[in-house]
Amino acid sequence: MSIFRLFKSSSSAPVARERLQILLEYERRQHGKQDLVTVLREEILAVVSRHVTVDPDRVQVKLDRHDRMSTLAVDIEFPHAAA
Amino acid sequence: MAKVIVVTSGKGGVGKTTSTAALGAALAQMDQKVAVIDFDVGLRNLDLVMGAERRVVFDLINVVQGVAKLPQALIRDKRLESLYLLPASQTRDKDALTEDGVGRVIDEMRERFDWVICDSPAGIERGATLAMRYADSAVIVCNPEVSSVRDSDRIIGLLDSKTVKAEKGERIDKHLLITRYDPSRATRGEMLSIDDVLEILSVPLLGIIPESEEVLRASNLGTPVPLSNADSAPARAYADAARRLSGETVDMTIPAEKKSLLNKLFGRRAA
Repeated sequence: MSIFRLFKSSSSAPVARERLQILLEYERRQHGKQDLVTVLREEILAVVSRHVTVDPDRVQVKLDRHDRMSTLAVDIEFPHAAA
Repeated sequence: MAKVIVVTSGKGGVGKTTSTAALGAALAQMDQKVAVIDFDVGLRNLDLVMGAERRVVFDLINVVQGVAKLPQALIRDKRLESLYLLPASQTRDKDALTEDGVGRVIDEMRERFDWVICDSPAGIERGATLAMRYADSAVIVCNPEVSSVRDSDRIIGLLDSKTVKAEKGERIDKHLLITRYDPSRATRGEMLSIDDVLEILSVPLLGIIPESEEVLRASNLGTPVPLSNADSAPARAYADAARRLSGETVDMTIPAEKKSLLNKLFGRRAA
């Protein structure tokens, strides 16, 4: 061990703590967002399925969040025969 | 009726299997009837840590598929007569574990035991979500280290959304078990402190298991930590954690190794 290391601060824990706090605040919001899309997707699918036969793989729900507003895009494909 | 507990972490190598075996053994020492289940299909290790690797005949998948009855697959511990192990399968067919099948096995075990402890595989895939699916409460095993804390946070999110209890709108009890803790390094600011981890994760603390060579010794011998050396620091920490799990109030201390005179004179004092 170098003699200089004796004088260097070894407290890296506060850095770890701060990095985690910033990261997890962001990640918790991200996962909350994904869950909202999942819920919306399931409920929209349930409503549409009451009237037409829908293949769940042909449903796209996209949520774009911006600073002042968000947009929800729903794209559902169904064959004519199913209507 | 048993309490079903999942021991989980997200990250691998933090001590889930060691903790499952240790908590199971500590609860069995309190005259509770305990079953531990290995959910790590293809990479089973709970049998090895418990020293039962040569006694595995049937496994969880056999019971789920009806090939074996539950009593045929349960392995009774040689040291504690109220401790049982249901091993994982070593085959790679993970899809053999179905949600309904696991639910049936857990229901049957609830009738027979006081505690059913599910050892989750690492990750957030099917095996991990199945291990937590029917749990009443969770023990989140976490090292005081950034990647482990981050993964614990992710697992807490899954516990609050993907378990049967969460889906019914109920709360799953969560307990944090901090393992591999080094009090002297934490005091010097080289390791996240207990307070740091608790503040970041906001989950009540179940116990603090100090870093110790006893843990490796116990797994080398195939003996759960509380049974290999009951006086050691990690053994006492696990015993305390088991008592808290069963509802007792036990002062939260960080057990220290009993040091030799030479260590006492020259070693750093633990916080």
